[in-house]
Amino acid sequence: MTQAVATNDRATTFDVAAVRADFPILARNVHKKPLVYLDNAASSQKPRQVIEAVDQYYRRHNANVHRGLHTLSDEATAAYEAAREKVRGFINAAEIAEVIFTKGTTEAINLVAASYGRAHLSAGDEVLITYMEHHSNIVPWQMICEQTGAVLRVCPINERGELLLDAFEKLLSDKTRVVAFNHISNALGTVNPVKKMVKMAHAVGAVTVVDGAQAVPHQRIDVRDLDCDFYAFSGHKMFAPTGIGILYGKRYLLEQMPPYQGGGDMIKTVSFEKTVYNELPSKFEAGTPIIAGAVGLGAAVDYLERVGLDAVSAYEHSLLEYGDQRLKSVPGLRMIGDAVDKTSVFSFVMEGAHPHDIGTILSHTGVAVRTGHHCTEPLMKFFKVPGTVRASLAFYNTREEIDQLVDGLAKVREMLL
Amino acid sequence: MALGELTTEELLENFELFDDWEERYRYLIDLGRKLPDFPETDKNDTTKVNGCISQVWMTAEIEDGPPQRVLLKADSDAHIVKGLIAVLLVVYSHKTPQEVLATDINGVFEQLELGSHISVNRRNGFYAMVERIKSLAAAA
Repeated sequence: MTQAVATNDRATTFDVAAVRADFPILARNVHKKPLVYLDNAASSQKPRQVIEAVDQYYRRHNANVHRGLHTLSDEATAAYEAAREKVRGFINAAEIAEVIFTKGTTEAINLVAASYGRAHLSAGDEVLITYMEHHSNIVPWQMICEQTGAVLRVCPINERGELLLDAFEKLLSDKTRVVAFNHISNALGTVNPVKKMVKMAHAVGAVTVVDGAQAVPHQRIDVRDLDCDFYAFSGHKMFAPTGIGILYGKRYLLEQMPPYQGGGDMIKTVSFEKTVYNELPSKFEAGTPIIAGAVGLGAAVDYLERVGLDAVSAYEHSLLEYGDQRLKSVPGLRMIGDAVDKTSVFSFVMEGAHPHDIGTILSHTGVAVRTGHHCTEPLMKFFKVPGTVRASLAFYNTREEIDQLVDGLAKVREMLL
Repeated sequence: MALGELTTEELLENFELFDDWEERYRYLIDLGRKLPDFPETDKNDTTKVNGCISQVWMTAEIEDGPPQRVLLKADSDAHIVKGLIAVLLVVYSHKTPQEVLATDINGVFEQLELGSHISVNRRNGFYAMVERIKSLAAAA
């Protein structure tokens, strides 16, 4: 199944059989059929390099970080901080002080909403989000707006699932304090013009919070080039373990923000009269962190750097074009989200078949897809669907697997119609 | 055969005839098509069973006895869920509250090789339906 893909603009070869061999789970069967894993936007699989890094950490180095003088604590601290440096390089942040470990994207956004929001929002201020946000980039802002009296504004989208940039610009004003939006929509795959949106938000003096969860596994991210103020993402969607994520923030903003949680490691000195908080990034990492998760994330960064994100993007783009053409030929299929600039996500509904039926039947053919509202209920309402079937690809997926999806859909039609 | 005439035992026997999942699901989908009509006017917030993926509506009441009997009506917008509802109706409907409470519904679904639909994801609407029927029976 070696599949070398040469794309038009870049002569990139990509050995998909070689990368597949790195992911043990891809060799398993479900319902006695080879697994076709197309639910990568929910969570990605892990290469053995990541699994082994976590395994080695627990076998050889496990101890608490930033605390002991003994060898294991030194090693654990070194591994944890080395992972931070890897992530810094991965997103091109200026310094490690700007790279904060969190549980994931959700916690990262909640951190900004609670800490920055509470300090900087007051009655009459506005927070601007978009119609295509994941619940995790809606609810934290609703919560802080309720607490501070700020008003939540929502930028509309068009029928293709693209943001209306004119409306976006009109919604920005001197009242706008925070603009929060995703880099790539989890439900539709739409890629938003982050750099342009950041520039527009900055023009009215607002800070920008980018939900990058769906972007990091697919393309190279340069936070300094994007010039965003905050960028949040999760490890588990980029081939690292669950329970670890990143909040990138510009130093001067993080310096102004009060801590999110209190506890160990985030303090310099504690007395009952006054506590002095620690320097960045420790100020935002109260308690024992997810050390093994960070080590796994570092290994995932190494892995992605080795495979090469440019090659990944080019290969996935070729899969997107192939899948788009194959799926659009399926009778009765309606694609939800058809943006000009999108990643390898196929969200769709089928005439006469509920997403629940499709997901169940596909599962029995070995194909794993997500069905439902994808934590984007407002977006589903916009498209007037109860939910969709979403096939989301990663660089280890193949054209043959897309064929299996299409065959599975033929089976769905045959069984239901 | 109309749905109302089918017993749990017959249902289990019928499923045993099938060799693979496809035949099982075809039969299940077929059972769903035989569900008694559920009036559109009864599809409201009170009858709606909250679930993540598909929509389910259900009315459950106790028919005066003796003996008292549980009466169920339900519908869904998904074919497979309609089939699962049909199974539920065969097992539970027109039974006494005592019979409902004594039924090992998980066991029935396991035997039908449909166990994943009710046991894996407790957040689905189907699980909520079973809970609703059981609490009605317990209160009778």
